Amino acid sequence: MKYLTEFRNGEIAQRMAREIAAVTTRPWKIMEVCGGQTHSIIKNGIDQMLPAGIEMIHGPGCPVCVTPLELIDKALVIAAQPGVIFCSFGDMLRVPGTEGDLFHVKGKGGDVRVVYSPLDAVELAVKHPDKQVVFFGVGFETTAPANAMSVHVAKRRGLSNFSLLVSHVLVPPAISAILSAPGQKIDGFLLAGHVCSVMGYWEYPPLAAKYKVPLVVTGFEPLDLLDGIRRTVIQLEAGRHEVENAYERIVRFEGNQGAQKLLAEVFEVTDRAWRGIGVIPRSGWRLSEAYREFDAEERFQISGIHTEESPLCHSGDVLRGVIKPAECAAFGEECTPRHPLGATMVSNEGACAAYYNYGRFISAEELAGVKSS
Amino acid sequence: MCLAIPGKVEEITIEGDLRVGRVNFGGVVKRVCLDYVPEVEVGDYTIVHVGFALSKIDEETALKTLEDFRAMGMLEEELASEEEAFARAAARPQSNCPDGSCSTERQ
Repeated sequence: MKYLTEFRNGEIAQRMAREIAAVTTRPWKIMEVCGGQTHSIIKNGIDQMLPAGIEMIHGPGCPVCVTPLELIDKALVIAAQPGVIFCSFGDMLRVPGTEGDLFHVKGKGGDVRVVYSPLDAVELAVKHPDKQVVFFGVGFETTAPANAMSVHVAKRRGLSNFSLLVSHVLVPPAISAILSAPGQKIDGFLLAGHVCSVMGYWEYPPLAAKYKVPLVVTGFEPLDLLDGIRRTVIQLEAGRHEVENAYERIVRFEGNQGAQKLLAEVFEVTDRAWRGIGVIPRSGWRLSEAYREFDAEERFQISGIHTEESPLCHSGDVLRGVIKPAECAAFGEECTPRHPLGATMVSNEGACAAYYNYGRFISAEELAGVKSS
Repeated sequence: MCLAIPGKVEEITIEGDLRVGRVNFGGVVKRVCLDYVPEVEVGDYTIVHVGFALSKIDEETALKTLEDFRAMGMLEEELASEEEAFARAAARPQSNCPDGSCSTERQ
């Protein structure tokens, strides 16, 4: 395919790639945390521009992919109830639960709507006082301020017919979980630029110090990504492990403090299950006591729904670089892109799906052979 | 899914208890909550995620980023109307990762 960098900023990108090659003396594994960055890396062929030995590992940063099956099943049950208007972003519409998806629920008469913003769901609740309006709030820290404001406004306006089915996940505990696993092999991380536009990067210096890994706040455009990778490699080669901001035009150390203030009021930290990875302690947010009445799980009394995920899945080990996808017994057997068991097969660019589809996730040595051939 | 798109604030109104802006994303105009960016005024650029402005940015950065996101095909998804977004999502095959942010196949 023609990569975008071939006709946009191609020269500067090539120069940065050469700079990375010039400072690289040994193989490094670098994880980009965010799905948006993965998209840009693949679309622009960034990984193909890097010297052999610099391997990009795609992180767990797609909120849809890490959403547990159980939560999808809960959404389907709520959305199918009469008198409910179930609102979601478009990307959750065709995510399969144990049986069917939200689109099927709509086909059977459920009132399922796609909204641009959670505040649109609040407005629907004002317009339809005879209906229960539920917003499906899934996402990382970037999406959380929107969901927090929706429930804050609903409370301020005294709306008793609005609720959130919420499952927020957080980046720092996910990085900790990956780095604390025995045998993990990730050398450095590109931090998600837009998550940091909300949260800043004050949470990360203890992580960099504890695990001795460079953490570089990185943007989404081709040159941003190359710059993030370049700065990570320079730190690794120099034996440094610091938090660095390669996205200064958007991200400040302290982040958006107004948003963080409301997040602290509306949400509280909780354990969360990540699909295929399992429960990561203190890795998510749920509604705080003061806002618990807006929790759809309580309002619709669905906490009894439990969906077991497959015990065969070793997504977590793959993410940590401990095993290669093909070393998992379920790979290509019980687990394929059409019938994925865990996060790394769910996403087409997850390590398992990519390995399955393109055989691209091979060792640095093999990669060197492929690139030179 | 965690992408924030730059846009220009063209008008600011107070709607009940919220500060709401009309924000222009290279031609597509959306209503955006400005409560998290009290420093943003009419004429400023800001990055927006699911209807919320998160951070003020300068014009040059905004225009360049918009152009890059457009080239990567990231704008259509983020800025679709609700009907378009529904039709687009419904037309897809069932998938655990329908979000363009991670389900990009090499063409």
